[in-house]
Amino acid sequence: MTGWPALPLLLVLLSLATALAVFLAGEARQRLRTTLNLAAALAKLGLVALLLRAVAAGETFQWRMPLLPGLDLVLKVDSLTLLFTTLSAVLWLLTTIYAIGYLERSPGRARFFGFFSLCVAATMGIATAGNLFTFFVFYELLTLATWPLVVHRGTQASFAGGRSYLCHTLFGSSLFLAGLVWLHALVGSQDFIAGGELGDVLSGNEAAQRGIFVLLLAGMGVKAALLPLHGWLPKAMVAPAPVSALLHAVAVVKAGAFGIVRLVYDVYGSERVQALGLGHWLAALAAATILYGSLMALRQADLKKRLAWSTVSQVSYIALGAAIAGPLATIGGLVHLVHQGLMKITLFFCAGLYAELLGSKRIDQLDGVGRVMPWTSLAFTVTALGMIGVPPMAGFVSKWYLGTGAVAAGQSWVVGVLVASTLLNAAYFLPVLGRIWFRPPPDAWPAPTRPGRWARAAMLLPALATALAALLAGLLAGLELSPLGWVKLIVAREYGG
Amino acid sequence: MAATELLPLWVLVPLLAAALAACLPARRAGQLALAVQLAALASWPLLAAAFADRGPLTVSLAGLAPPLAIRLYLDGIGLLLLGLVATVTTAASLHALATPGRAALRPAFWPAWLVLLAGLHTVVLSFDLFNMYVGLELLTLAAVALVASAGTVAALAAAMRYLLLAMLGSLAWLAGVAMIHAGTGSLDLELAGAALAPGGWVSVALALMLAGLLLKAAVFPLHGWLPLAHGAAPGAVSAVLSALVVKAALLLVWRVQLWLGPAGGADAAGPLLAALGGAAILWGSLSAYRQDRLKQVVAFSTVAQLGYLLLVLAMPSAVAWQGTTLHLLAHGLAKAAMFLAAANLVRRAGDPRLAALAGSDAAAPVSVFAFALAGVSLVGLPPSGGFLAKWLLLQGAWQAGAWWLVALLLAGSLLAAAYLFRTLAALLAHRDGAGQARAGLPVPRIAELAALALALGAIVLGFAAAPILDLAALPAGPGGAP
Repeated sequence: MTGWPALPLLLVLLSLATALAVFLAGEARQRLRTTLNLAAALAKLGLVALLLRAVAAGETFQWRMPLLPGLDLVLKVDSLTLLFTTLSAVLWLLTTIYAIGYLERSPGRARFFGFFSLCVAATMGIATAGNLFTFFVFYELLTLATWPLVVHRGTQASFAGGRSYLCHTLFGSSLFLAGLVWLHALVGSQDFIAGGELGDVLSGNEAAQRGIFVLLLAGMGVKAALLPLHGWLPKAMVAPAPVSALLHAVAVVKAGAFGIVRLVYDVYGSERVQALGLGHWLAALAAATILYGSLMALRQADLKKRLAWSTVSQVSYIALGAAIAGPLATIGGLVHLVHQGLMKITLFFCAGLYAELLGSKRIDQLDGVGRVMPWTSLAFTVTALGMIGVPPMAGFVSKWYLGTGAVAAGQSWVVGVLVASTLLNAAYFLPVLGRIWFRPPPDAWPAPTRPGRWARAAMLLPALATALAALLAGLLAGLELSPLGWVKLIVAREYGG
Repeated sequence: MAATELLPLWVLVPLLAAALAACLPARRAGQLALAVQLAALASWPLLAAAFADRGPLTVSLAGLAPPLAIRLYLDGIGLLLLGLVATVTTAASLHALATPGRAALRPAFWPAWLVLLAGLHTVVLSFDLFNMYVGLELLTLAAVALVASAGTVAALAAAMRYLLLAMLGSLAWLAGVAMIHAGTGSLDLELAGAALAPGGWVSVALALMLAGLLLKAAVFPLHGWLPLAHGAAPGAVSAVLSALVVKAALLLVWRVQLWLGPAGGADAAGPLLAALGGAAILWGSLSAYRQDRLKQVVAFSTVAQLGYLLLVLAMPSAVAWQGTTLHLLAHGLAKAAMFLAAANLVRRAGDPRLAALAGSDAAAPVSVFAFALAGVSLVGLPPSGGFLAKWLLLQGAWQAGAWWLVALLLAGSLLAAAYLFRTLAALLAHRDGAGQARAGLPVPRIAELAALALALGAIVLGFAAAPILDLAALPAGPGGAP
């Protein structure tokens, strides 16, 4: 395996080739497109499984190509890469299946699936990026590839959502680019390295270290929907449900959060971030986002909007984990990257099912829906409880490590934030569950449709699969191959254990 | 008998072909033009190999030695420009052959096209001020004729305006050149530069020459004629004008600044020219955002993008020159692709207005894709040649501590994103009354592929920049590279 430095490249190219093939296959050839999509998603899973084994055994893979003098495109696979790649690869397969059912008869499917694959290619690039420059390249590619999906419906509202998305992300990437140019002007290209070493390279120039950190963080913060750069995420809710799933769980916000993790651990190093006094600020920002997002979620009458604000809140757990010193909080933040993805994608799958089958988009239209769509509602309930953090669900594991980590780092106020957030989560999820199960169904649903058997199954099964995965991730957290087990491995390597 | 000795052929062959084309029917003449361009494309690698061996090449015409001889000169940027000219004109003439419209069936179209090619080659290869004048004149007259070939009232009016302003520019250049010749007794860039001493008349002469060039290059605030002419010309002509013709005038701006500027005491002009470039970026982008016709958006984008090519004069470092060179190439490919794609979309819809182009992605997906790819490079988003160019320019600005340039570069790409995504949104919008037949004509495959190939070239430049910059990055001044 060590003789295969190009494996990270293969990870990216596989999705890229799928995108091209789907574009070339054209609109009419549905069977070919479906085959291509599923075959590529399965091949990717196989590749990821192969890499998981090799990396668990201590191998790393690296591929580099010079772009300009002193500037390389670097792709590498390490344990942190695989945390993100595995999540994306699994969810890509499921979202593809879901989207095939969801878009059964709508126009523009070649375009949709083409850009969908392109998004995943960009995500793979982000996960495997070996330095900040490479990260930036794929980060921008992700912005580009997502925009056609956000505006997929072609309506005024979707273009407004797309405009907001671009305004935020391109503004953020300007700041990112400024920070990157500053960094390169001072020290040249720096590969990501466990523990980070920028502080040593740039020692003495603390003002520059702080300035670069803030610029880069602003660039990542836009996609991670950190306050005050979160505005695009709720507006992007006009996109079709599989796109929401992609934005919230598979790719976009995750890319931002993953970037923050790389920035803190592999560029600066957690200790350096603390020493520069940046940890407190990041933690405060993340805590503010968590509380604000939850409060806003409480006020939404539209189910997808409520879920979107919930994402704003939940993704900041990852930033919070990165902001607090010490391995325990790191574990909490990183494992939430996976847990939040599994849970939130289930919720969006379910919201899409409700909207497609019954036309119920608002929360007050969900009365008694549990009797009509029991399986969907079961998946929704399980993951909503997980989001709240009911033990032994996945969300509880994240919160437990974050809380204990904060106490160990002497930042007990974080526990207060976690408790408040949990109460708020309960306040915006439990009434929904109450309506689903305990209210009588209405005489007529808003806009019921009857898609074909296969389309229904294609939408329901992924929801059940991710719900089950979220449940198991919590129940079996003690296993070595659970998300928690893998995160512990990362943290051990990150902290030089 | 190496590639060096064949340098004069780059000028002579297109001229002879133009004369021949005037005697042929339009279709044959077009094929002849294509053959000439393909030959240029095929012999470019030989030239590049010779350059890689020996560095900048100089050829004295008629076997005389300087100061009597007229010299042809090929430096790195000239070499790259010749490659760009060959690539873009080949794709554009394929496009014109595939969708001739009324324009390319006129008897004068292909001869004018070949004269334009000869003019481009002359400007790139000239090393003396009078030859440059001749090249500029060939270029201008052919370009005016090609704009007018569209035959519409708007095109004729734009061509007339273009002609008058370009003549004014030529006169200014010629007046400046005459003063230089009177003062130094030489027209050769090197000899004249060496003989120049800072003084009042030299400044006036250089100012006249630069003003003439800026008018021809449509640099803000002398850009008024460009959007009209480039917007009204036939698609393939717009592509060549925006990608190549205005660049030729800019190349001369650099030549004058590098060879005559230091001796003429015109260093102060550098920051001023860069400031004009900055104003062009802002004004051109804002204007592009406000257009309601597709080709006008693209034309105003040219006004903005040309501004980037002047910024280097305020931060003359190797990195900034590399960025400028790369920008020249990336913009040439991307803008030509964009004009060809725009022509396809307008042809398909039968209506030049943005509002009428809704649903283009279903009607002409390849052209929309080419347009979008070209847009990626123009905005400077990775991975593309435009991105690496922006990266290098940012590096140069940051190292020079020119913060206003850093802010300008970042703002410039945000503005470019604004007008291009607005345009893309219009192309992707749902079409009302999708059942109605379109008024426009079908677009031949080859016209779409020509646009796509150029757009892909702009993207691939984002990965192939290193060898290109290694080969020939910088326009050489008297002391070699700056």
